[in-house]
Amino acid sequence: MHVEKSAHRLPSLEVQAILAKYPPDQRRSAVMPLLYLAQREKMYVGREDLAEIAEILGLTPTEVASIVGFYSLYYDEPQGKYHIQVCTDLPCALRGADRFMQELCARLGIQPGKTTADGLITVEAVMCLAACDKAPMFQLQSGAGLQYYENQTLESALALIEQLRQDAATKRGRNGHG
Amino acid sequence: MADTQRPYVLLRHREIPDFDNLEVYRQNNGFKAFEKVVTQMQPAEVVEVVKASGLRGRGGAGFPTGLKWSFIDNKNWPHYVVANADESEPGTFKDREIMEGNPYQFLEGVAICAYAVKANAAYVYLRGEFWELAGRLDQHIAAMQAAGLLGDRLFGTDYALNIYTHLGAGAYICGEETALLESLEGKLGQPRLRPPFPPSFGLYSKPTIVNNVETLANVPLIIEHGSDWYRTYGTEKSPGVKIYSLSGCVNRPGNYELPLGATFRELIFEYGGGIPGGRQVKAIMAAGASSSLIVANDQALDTSMDYESVPNVGAQLGSASVIVIDESVSIPWLINKTVHFFRHESCGKCTPCREGTYWMSHLTERIAQDQAKPADVELLYEVASQIRGKCLCALGEFSIEAVASGIERFRGDFERLEPQAESDQRIG
Repeated sequence: MHVEKSAHRLPSLEVQAILAKYPPDQRRSAVMPLLYLAQREKMYVGREDLAEIAEILGLTPTEVASIVGFYSLYYDEPQGKYHIQVCTDLPCALRGADRFMQELCARLGIQPGKTTADGLITVEAVMCLAACDKAPMFQLQSGAGLQYYENQTLESALALIEQLRQDAATKRGRNGHG
Repeated sequence: MADTQRPYVLLRHREIPDFDNLEVYRQNNGFKAFEKVVTQMQPAEVVEVVKASGLRGRGGAGFPTGLKWSFIDNKNWPHYVVANADESEPGTFKDREIMEGNPYQFLEGVAICAYAVKANAAYVYLRGEFWELAGRLDQHIAAMQAAGLLGDRLFGTDYALNIYTHLGAGAYICGEETALLESLEGKLGQPRLRPPFPPSFGLYSKPTIVNNVETLANVPLIIEHGSDWYRTYGTEKSPGVKIYSLSGCVNRPGNYELPLGATFRELIFEYGGGIPGGRQVKAIMAAGASSSLIVANDQALDTSMDYESVPNVGAQLGSASVIVIDESVSIPWLINKTVHFFRHESCGKCTPCREGTYWMSHLTERIAQDQAKPADVELLYEVASQIRGKCLCALGEFSIEAVASGIERFRGDFERLEPQAESDQRIG
């Protein structure tokens, strides 16, 4: 398969640091951290990333794609820039998480699992995040990583979203295509 | 809050400020136990001390920790230690607090375990959502390396150890130890057929000890103070302290470190401040979403929360993730929640779990929305019964616990299935 290496190279220092964590004859163990590295900037793993990771690890792109498909934190297509992932499992639901989720989606004018019209915010229900005593809570997944927001109210969540929108607008302005 | 009349064993960061700082931890005897084992004890002696302490696995199974360590296969090398930090059971949030607040005691436990089973490499497998926490653990590990507590020739001996973090990516099943090992090897997180068990056939087919975070965090103080000291806490068969993660319909949810054998009543009413609105407690799940539903009568409330006593009220202690259910909650709504969780998290490898959770979720959805016929409840019970005992791993078995016990013990909730709006269950 032809791969445009110059355009899609993963940062080699970080690749080497990841590979150093595992025995030299067990490079396959690095597939998950390498997928996180590939996903970091654009929030999804592209075909070119699959090919490059496969080449580094001596796997086929299909084998790498199977990992993307199995684990829920990897995405294989472009997403909203920010994912608000609300835990609605039993302990959180007992503390009002379902209502929080419904009200948040209603205020944003979207269905659960969908993205706002500006392409910025996706709100989705996820499984337990080990923060049951601080519900309602969500994690914010973005190119910058994952952050927990606990003991949330509709107001605190909307304030965060407003902040994210402002940040995105500032960034667009700075990059000169806003 | 001082939830006990004694110093903490595990949640020491609640008493000592900046306990996640290496210097502070060392000023409080940190890494003395690790130094002692490496410089003064044979690995087998360390295993014997842990055996004598009676420490049992805190991840849910309650298997004796020292015994597990003694099973390591000394004819096959190298050995590995893997800390299970995949904490994903709905209702469980104790390992996260340990790793955030008291990370060095946990890492010292990993190091002592590695020495005891003659491993030179250990991995901490964290659920992917603990991304920020993993970054902090990496900094703590780097601080240990800089201080000569990890690396080659530790304390002037020939012993070498490195610890690495590894992030999962969102799969409850990876808390099952053989699925975790598959995932760490870069494969789909699906359980292996057992036996062989990890102490003989683990990571990269090599002998491996997999222990829960809380289990390992107990080890440094057991070495420091001795097994007799540890046995002064808890009961004879369940010695020591346990972190109870309390959640659900309760005024003060949170982690409570108590001696094994405290009662549900003490946890829920004394420490947890009782039920909001003065409502009655209806049911208790002792082991998170994997738990059967305990009818919360006086006998149950006065039951000791230890490994031997909880089965007397028809449940398991498991990871001690106590979810409190009050009288405002309908059991059909509850089992619909747990079944949806297990359906989502089924890894798909074995048919009873993959298909069974799928069919159960169709039925619980209908039942929870009051669109079911009474026969649907019987069918649900029948499907659950057919899953029992037929799954490759415990996840499939767990998926039916709340369903079967809910139908058996809270029949009345299923008998008023004729249309009635139950849309807003919540305590707000």
